[in-house]
Amino acid sequence: MDALVSKYSPVELDAALAEDSDDEVSSSLPQTVSFILPPIDQPAKFLRAMTDDHANPAAPIKLKHGTTTLAFKFQGGVIVCTDSRATQGSWIASQTVKKVIEINPYLLGTMAGGAADCQYWLTYLGMECRLHQLRHKRLISVAAASKILANLVYSYKGMGLSMGTMLTGVGHGGVFGLYYVDSDGNRVEGNLFCVGSGQTFAYGVLDRGYKWDLTEEEALELGRRSILAATHRDAYSGGYINLYHIKEDGWVHHGFNDTNPIFWKQKLEKGEFQNVSTTLDA
Amino acid sequence: MASSYLLPHAQHAPHAHPTASSQPRQHHWSPYTENGGVILGIAGKDYVIIAGDTRSSEGYNINTRTARKIFQLGSGIILGVVGMSADGEELARKVARKIDDYKRNHDKHITVSAAAVMLSRTLYQKRFFPYYCQPLLGGLDENGVGAIYTYDYVGSFEREQSRAFGSAAALITPFLDNQINLKNQFVPGSNGEEPRTPGDMPRDLVEKIVKDAFSSAVERQIEVGDGLQMVTVTRAPPRAEEEEATVEDDDEWTGSTISETLSPLKQD
Repeated sequence: MDALVSKYSPVELDAALAEDSDDEVSSSLPQTVSFILPPIDQPAKFLRAMTDDHANPAAPIKLKHGTTTLAFKFQGGVIVCTDSRATQGSWIASQTVKKVIEINPYLLGTMAGGAADCQYWLTYLGMECRLHQLRHKRLISVAAASKILANLVYSYKGMGLSMGTMLTGVGHGGVFGLYYVDSDGNRVEGNLFCVGSGQTFAYGVLDRGYKWDLTEEEALELGRRSILAATHRDAYSGGYINLYHIKEDGWVHHGFNDTNPIFWKQKLEKGEFQNVSTTLDA
Repeated sequence: MASSYLLPHAQHAPHAHPTASSQPRQHHWSPYTENGGVILGIAGKDYVIIAGDTRSSEGYNINTRTARKIFQLGSGIILGVVGMSADGEELARKVARKIDDYKRNHDKHITVSAAAVMLSRTLYQKRFFPYYCQPLLGGLDENGVGAIYTYDYVGSFEREQSRAFGSAAALITPFLDNQINLKNQFVPGSNGEEPRTPGDMPRDLVEKIVKDAFSSAVERQIEVGDGLQMVTVTRAPPRAEEEEATVEDDDEWTGSTISETLSPLKQD
């Protein structure tokens, strides 16, 4: 009987920690990382002069930019969908960027802003989440994971990090979480977010079709259709549509598909995009 | 928690203190130069090619016509770099040392995928004072399939089939999209319905495409020319006509044969 009770009762945090009492339960970081700084008074100012943004497009170091990413919660979990284009000015640097970062089987992060910042810090977050799991013998909540990330990037505020990420997934007890975290230090919870240069176009379609009771099929289609709209109207978005669905037992990938055939299918078979003509004389 | 991640204090450069007679002056500190050139990487079914021109210039001045941009890092891994050659060479040295350390520490050769992450971390370590170079990493993966990893300045990376970096990237990339990835090409007679699928391209054909890409870029870009350095990683034994072919057999064979050829490009 006791065995059955203990099997089906949730693991007490105190008990779990007590078992670990011999071990050093510390939140110190697994390895020391130090970043090299230019040997001058104001490193951030130097970085700003050397890297491009809207105010300084001719800088020598051009980071990859431009994006549409979205994520929304619904009755059946969370949908995450992105485009795959990376631009450096008007040059299309890549059409095959993976803007959904698979942190672990339960957590996804989206990439907007600096590609390297997102890749690096979300991978780092993956390490922290694994350590949390080992220390506490349960999955980290999305709330806690997003807070680790938000605090981390906040400690670098003003140094020039650039990221706008949606952190989403399923945590302890099958609870879905969705947070928007950016390099300014914002961290907000919500049911629906679009991020990037094409966000307004995606919001237009997503808000129109969104309701909590969407079926899985409808939700996947709404995510895909919203990104399609953004790739059509935002020149900085395009390439492939990357689609994920997060369920109670983790995420499922639903393909990385070329936008062009999807667009023509949408137009010719469903009669949408009537604005676009199929002939040159129209 | 995050405090241990905070940055160490920056070393301050000595300042020229304004004297009573002089007004404060703004000193310009520009640690970057652009040395031009272009590199190109293509991954095949059982080979990887990284090629680059051998011109190194600053503005209109050609500093040398024999600068190599492709480096052998050991364990069957090669690296191409364009941008500022000083930063590129430093990066190559640093990663080569890390790859050597890995072999000594773990008593095995590093995989390309692990080396790719290693290079990413090396770049990100200088996130606030970036290397001014764009690297392209190549090697054969665990299944012997060619792999090209491409990076931005601060370490975001992606595995790709083909990629050109440098001052003629905008000239070469569309050619590669067309000839290697067969973008917007359709099977003849299918009335534009059935797209051609990029498949296994024989190494000889790809080498010809690489040479065409470079000789065409030389015609239209002043920073590209002089010579073509082509480094190939394969599982096959070296071909007879190649000048330098190194089968890595020092301790334990990686399974990779790296061969390097140099051929002339226009010198004007």
